[in-house]
Amino acid sequence: MLMADVALRKVVKRYDDVEAVRGIDLDIADHEFIVLVGPSGCGKSTTLRMIAGLEDISDGDIMIGGDVVNDVPPKDRDIAMVFQNYALYPHMTVAENMSFGLRLKHYPKAEINARVTEAARLLDITDLINRKPKQLSGGQRQRVAMGRAIVRNPKVFLFDEPLSNLDAKLRVQMRIEIKKVHQKVRTTTVYVTHDQVEAMTLADRVVVMNKGRIEQIGTPNELYHKPATRFVAGFIGSPAMNFIPCRLEDSGGKLNIRLTDRISFPLPPARAARYNALPRTDRLQLGIRPEHLTESNAHLEAGVETFDTVLDVTEPMGMETLVYFGLEGTPVCGRVNPNAGAKDGAPMRLAMDLNNMHLLNEETGVVL
Amino acid sequence: MSTLVIDKAGPTRKLGSMSRDRTWALRWSYFFLVLFAIFFLTPPAYMLITSLKSSAEISAATNPWWVYHPTLSNYVELLTSNQFLRFFFNSSMISIIVVIVTMLISIPAAFALARMKFWGSTTLATGVFLTYLIPDSLLFIPLFKMLAVIQEFTGITLLNRWYVLVFIYPTLTVPFCTWIMIGYFASIPKELDEAAIIDGASWLQTLLRIFIPVALPGLIAATIFAFTVSWAQFLYPLVFTTSIDQLVLPVGITTTLIKGDVFNWGQIMTGALLGAAPPLVIYAFLMDYYIAGLTAGATKG
Repeated sequence: MLMADVALRKVVKRYDDVEAVRGIDLDIADHEFIVLVGPSGCGKSTTLRMIAGLEDISDGDIMIGGDVVNDVPPKDRDIAMVFQNYALYPHMTVAENMSFGLRLKHYPKAEINARVTEAARLLDITDLINRKPKQLSGGQRQRVAMGRAIVRNPKVFLFDEPLSNLDAKLRVQMRIEIKKVHQKVRTTTVYVTHDQVEAMTLADRVVVMNKGRIEQIGTPNELYHKPATRFVAGFIGSPAMNFIPCRLEDSGGKLNIRLTDRISFPLPPARAARYNALPRTDRLQLGIRPEHLTESNAHLEAGVETFDTVLDVTEPMGMETLVYFGLEGTPVCGRVNPNAGAKDGAPMRLAMDLNNMHLLNEETGVVL
Repeated sequence: MSTLVIDKAGPTRKLGSMSRDRTWALRWSYFFLVLFAIFFLTPPAYMLITSLKSSAEISAATNPWWVYHPTLSNYVELLTSNQFLRFFFNSSMISIIVVIVTMLISIPAAFALARMKFWGSTTLATGVFLTYLIPDSLLFIPLFKMLAVIQEFTGITLLNRWYVLVFIYPTLTVPFCTWIMIGYFASIPKELDEAAIIDGASWLQTLLRIFIPVALPGLIAATIFAFTVSWAQFLYPLVFTTSIDQLVLPVGITTTLIKGDVFNWGQIMTGALLGAAPPLVIYAFLMDYYIAGLTAGATKG
């Protein structure tokens, strides 16, 4: 088996004066499933298209399997791509769509048939093999598009927002389908999406991009629990992390975090040690996820502090209730047990788990 | 209970007024369609009536809208006349060759202009269309001069030969066909050729195996247009061909069947009807494709 690792070295994409991608370094291991995620215009699709060879590279190098492919045309890069709008050839049947690439390369008929049959079986589209794309549903078209990629047995799969055109339910289903396929074929995959849930659920490692740069690379859990920047902290997770302006204070030999005139908590020892060196004058933000803002109960762990507030709005979600309130004008979201009695406009005692807090520099957005 | 009644009455009334609107819209459209149909079908109907009459009946002061002694003699005479068959042959040859030449130029040109972004491609696309806007009545004298010069230098006889029109007509058909096919090719999603490129197709393979099959309705529309323009062209053949055996149908009918101030109306009408038949047959067969071609890009993304 050929090595199919992909490496990007200081890759830049310039359109006239605008830099869409500003110097990206990325190493993708053989068999790895990498997801590029970020808001629209962050350069993730451009990066993918540069790997595919559909866009020229303005600067830097792209390597596939150890070879620099900057000037190699797409067809010689041994990649396959799945597009957002499927891009199936409308005048060909499913089988013809899937075999088009192999037929262009003059593979023997028997082998083409074998590969198409195998891919169709893998994707559960054997019954559809003689249909035209317009006779298929969105999910089925997406499967055919994946089948077209699989039969080529390429070094790298490239997915460009493949599930964006599907409805929510089908998206979840196809997400699992893609994961299953990857577990079976184990081809190195680069997957672009703007949906952080897709990124978290599919990826071995997630690359969070913003404004043409990589904000952070890590496993889904690393990104969730140890975000490097405010952007990553706010982008990953739903509902998003709360950011509350705060400052550090020394009080009675302990390091405290003050949120409002009224609310100030002592930091847990581990956190206090970590933040002790920071100047007390810095403008800081407390980053806390909604699940670490819950109803107060009788047995509080160390580092969990309570405060009283008045709820603005509550959103019962079934397995939990989201509560919204304000801390000196900053909107904050918490997640409480549906039986905790949260009501619109009612006062409530909440508990903040400071063991899972993040402290950010307000100006630089860096997580400290 | 009462709210239920109101809920039911609301949408029903709305639906009623909508269908009433629709009924009136349909009535008006039928009214105007019938009006237009009468207006445009009267001349061919008159041609058909006249073509079935003998010369004597045409010149007699009978009801012009009725045939008292129908005869096929005009048809028999024309279809057995070598001259008329020659016109028909010339017209057919020219139109078929022009259609082929037009397609061979227009399809690659449209593909290049629609897909290969190169310096000045947009300007060139507009330029192609602008050439179509120059009327042939302005072009025939310079063209005649040009051909005369070429004939003089090369010694190849071009003027007064039917095949010269094969070189002239594409100046009319190529710009328009290129233009409508640029529009048609542009409506094909970009991802489709990107998928083909990644599948390993060259530009030519993308054109032949993806673009032409997908854009087939547009190609057929362009083909029909090119055929109709070549078939019905009058000014250029009138100018560039003079010998009887080099004439095309429209010019042949008017020059041979009108002798001085004697109009052989029966045969003129018969010839015109027979001449109108091939485009009519082609339209009838390819109408669905033609309409799909004209509305390309309106529905499919």
